[in-house]
Amino acid sequence: MSVPAIELRGLEKSFGLAKIIQGVDLKIDKGERHAIIGPNGAGKSTLFNLITGKYAPTAGSVHLHGQDVSGKKPFEINRMGLSRSFQITNIFHNMTVFENVRCGLLWSMGYKYSFWHMVNGQRHLTEKADEILEQINLTSRRNVVAGALAYAEQRALEIGITIAGGADIIMLDEPCAGMSHSETDLIVDLIRKVTEGKTLVVVEHDMGVIFDLADRISVLVYGEIIESDTPENVRASKAVQEAYLGTTLEDAG
Amino acid sequence: MSTPATTPLTAGTRRLIPLNHALPWIIAAVCLFILPYVFDSRSALTIMNQMAITIVFALSYNMLLGQGGMLSFGHAVYMGLGGFFCMHLLNWVEAGLWLPLPLLPVFGGLFGLFFAFLIGSFSTRRAGTVFAMISLGVGELVAACSVIIVIFFGGEEGISGDRTMGPEVLGWDFGPQEQVYYLTALWLLIAALGMFLYSRTPIGRVANAVRDNEERAEFLGYSQRHVRWMSFMASGFFAGIAGALFAINFEILTEENLNLTTSGSILLVTFLGGVGFFVGPIIGAIVFTLLQTVLSLYTEIWALYLGILFVATVMFFPGGLAGLLAMHVLPWKLGKIGHLVVPYAKMLIPALAFVLSAAAVLEILFHKRHAGLGDHEMNLYGITFDSHGAMPLITVLAIAAVSLFAIVKLAPGLKAAWDDATHMGGHHG
Amino acid sequence: MSLFIVNILDGLVTGLLLFMLCSGLTLIFSMMGVLNFAHASFYMLGAYFAYQISLFSGFWLGLIVAPIAVGVIGALIERYGLRRVHKYGHVPELIFTFGLALLIEEAVQFFWGKSQQAYEAPEALDFAAFQIAGNTFPAYKLFMIFVAMGLFLVLLYILTKTRVGMTIQAALSYPETVQNLGHNVPMVFMGVFGVGTAMAGLAGVIAGPVLGTFPGMAFLLGSIVFVTIVIGGLGSLWGALIASLLIGWIQTFAATYNVRMEDILTSLGFTKPEPIWDSAWQDLWTLTLPQIGPILPYLLMVIVLVVRPQGLFGKRET
Repeated sequence: MSVPAIELRGLEKSFGLAKIIQGVDLKIDKGERHAIIGPNGAGKSTLFNLITGKYAPTAGSVHLHGQDVSGKKPFEINRMGLSRSFQITNIFHNMTVFENVRCGLLWSMGYKYSFWHMVNGQRHLTEKADEILEQINLTSRRNVVAGALAYAEQRALEIGITIAGGADIIMLDEPCAGMSHSETDLIVDLIRKVTEGKTLVVVEHDMGVIFDLADRISVLVYGEIIESDTPENVRASKAVQEAYLGTTLEDAG
Repeated sequence: MSTPATTPLTAGTRRLIPLNHALPWIIAAVCLFILPYVFDSRSALTIMNQMAITIVFALSYNMLLGQGGMLSFGHAVYMGLGGFFCMHLLNWVEAGLWLPLPLLPVFGGLFGLFFAFLIGSFSTRRAGTVFAMISLGVGELVAACSVIIVIFFGGEEGISGDRTMGPEVLGWDFGPQEQVYYLTALWLLIAALGMFLYSRTPIGRVANAVRDNEERAEFLGYSQRHVRWMSFMASGFFAGIAGALFAINFEILTEENLNLTTSGSILLVTFLGGVGFFVGPIIGAIVFTLLQTVLSLYTEIWALYLGILFVATVMFFPGGLAGLLAMHVLPWKLGKIGHLVVPYAKMLIPALAFVLSAAAVLEILFHKRHAGLGDHEMNLYGITFDSHGAMPLITVLAIAAVSLFAIVKLAPGLKAAWDDATHMGGHHG
Repeated sequence: MSLFIVNILDGLVTGLLLFMLCSGLTLIFSMMGVLNFAHASFYMLGAYFAYQISLFSGFWLGLIVAPIAVGVIGALIERYGLRRVHKYGHVPELIFTFGLALLIEEAVQFFWGKSQQAYEAPEALDFAAFQIAGNTFPAYKLFMIFVAMGLFLVLLYILTKTRVGMTIQAALSYPETVQNLGHNVPMVFMGVFGVGTAMAGLAGVIAGPVLGTFPGMAFLLGSIVFVTIVIGGLGSLWGALIASLLIGWIQTFAATYNVRMEDILTSLGFTKPEPIWDSAWQDLWTLTLPQIGPILPYLLMVIVLVVRPQGLFGKRET
């Protein structure tokens, strides 16, 4: 294989005396759908925030396409082709659905800090934003203020904003949190559709979703990865079952 | 996470007037053109010029507060510095520099932009409280410098000049107040249009995004700091234009143009008008200038009234005047605005009585405390009476109490009418 | 040398006075996230209340009653004003307290007028406490130091020895735990706001006779107070203390030592242009230390922010 999309080398993160991530090594290949699971408090979100630049690592490094990005700011990492969603819905509540998606497009379509374009006059921009709305099935809600959307719709919009910029690495933080079964099925289909051909990293509690979606699964326990393998092998792993304290993986979600 | 409560700081997403069409702008231009024919006295022209300058300044302020979510206590700095620089330019013109007066605001703007670039480099790192405190500190610093750097600020007497020394433009030398009015009005239109268009550019939209959710914006490729810095520079540019217009109109700038009082009053103007709307600061500037002019003619304690009005606005109508107007868009669309006329008219009488009597209480108390020794005679609303007697005070207190009682009694009716007017279908159940 | 010691003491008085305001402001900010722009206005109210009381009963009753009255007003404003605005976020809260500052200044002018009031130190303290080589140090200033120190001991005791104090401390270090204060968060907020404003009121009571009791006193000191807590680091009590003392001394020393730019420039080998008022460098040549004293705190703030954006002792990225 060529250079991995994401590579973590001896990654550590401490908050004060608490060592949340203790030496994580991980390679995620291009085009792979990778899931990170683990019991509550294992450090999944911290790991996520380390990769996406919200936190700087205490030790070790993060590499994107072979390039060291440790300590870089979120916007710099985003510009290198990594985009993320949030566990807690993190959209622009006061803007319309359309404007939300358009905000996700502006940088990547080269508008950057422009003050000489009128956003409404940009045909390409509008078309692209409408295209994404179509993909996430929110065309009918185009001009609704995002804060007024139903929860499941906000989650879909969250994914829409995340993929809008065309990043080739997509990281989703619990995309199905707080959803019903039927809603979950819809969102999993959506994720599959919009991340076609991209590298996907997903943190999720719902094991059904994980085994359905992932090519490979890493199990994070107390800030360490104890297993990183195909879904079948992870399911069979003794160490993983012990980590979940005797419960089977299906119950753990 | 629950949806955050709607804050008044959500400009750019709601609109009162469809400014993206040409019509409102043409109407505004026509109004600006004919206003001097309607109000042709010298003092009216002065007030209108004052208003126009305040509008440009307030709009530039709202680029920070409304569009960018940055609360500044030192915005006068950029207007003032632009103004001072223009004053020096005027003096150089007098000494032989070729520069037509109508172009002066460009230079004022560039000077404001330059300082916003310098100061923004460290002040825009954070939003919110930290930004507010830094803006205050920088504001005080520059204001205090005005007595130290005499060569630029002219010390306590300030810097003055003569606007008529430049080359004539179309036969105008800009001596008469009327010519200055048209120059100011032209620049008002240019600046307002510029600021409106700016809010529609990618950077203008992203400024909104950073205001609402800076973390999200960072993960979309935007540096929150750079976005704020750019908004800050744009705002400094337009504030500088306002400063140039001030220099042209008054031909003098002093420390007063830089200090906290000026910075604070533009916050007052903008918030009163409504930070959530592009037209908010325009409404605020017009109303504030009128209120200030009228109130200060009739009462010594006008600033107290404005303070009360401001605090009441923050507490009860955080959307400001524009927000109040915008509340009525829905009843209007539902065709039910007529349902509100009678309840409003009913409420108007006790409300007016309450405001006037409460003001009377304050006026009488003030007169009692501060009128010259032995001066007991007081004139209020055309009535002359003895301010030290008990009767007048008891009377106005009684009126205030009765009207307050009436307001409380009428409130449920008004609320019901409002609910009815803002809901589709028949009468509210 | 003796002048130096007098200046150290004078600076200490100013610094402690600043800290009486900064500490309350920091407590309120750390607990509630609100920067109380009107904080110095409560300081002014303290001075005016004490003055009004002193007209009837002398200085000492005001020392007790005025801060309490100010604290009660502060608590009421928190309860019926600030709490209302809270739901809109911190920026509108800051705007509210700014409006409050304007309103209090206008109200003070309404009742007491624009001129300075004859609020004076009590006669019992109107003597020289001690002399250092010909420089007398007034007993009243010594009294101010004692009051300020006493207040901090009480504050320190409450913060470290009582249950409420410990929760407050926890909330200072970990802002998110404020939610876990127990069932009565609003009550704690109201209390903290009341105590914080009462401390400002006390500062006003003891500072009024020295710094003057006039309507501009709030804004005059207010700006310095805000600059001080930015320098110290927003939310840090230690930072506020160090920055207060630093600024107290800087201002005192700058006002006393007449260092002239002319002397510095001449010693560096520059020649003074004559006549000076025609030179473009006139402002630089005529500069003196007492002249730039008032702007030194602001300059210090800018420098600190450029070098260390979170302030001297700030940890939190607000």
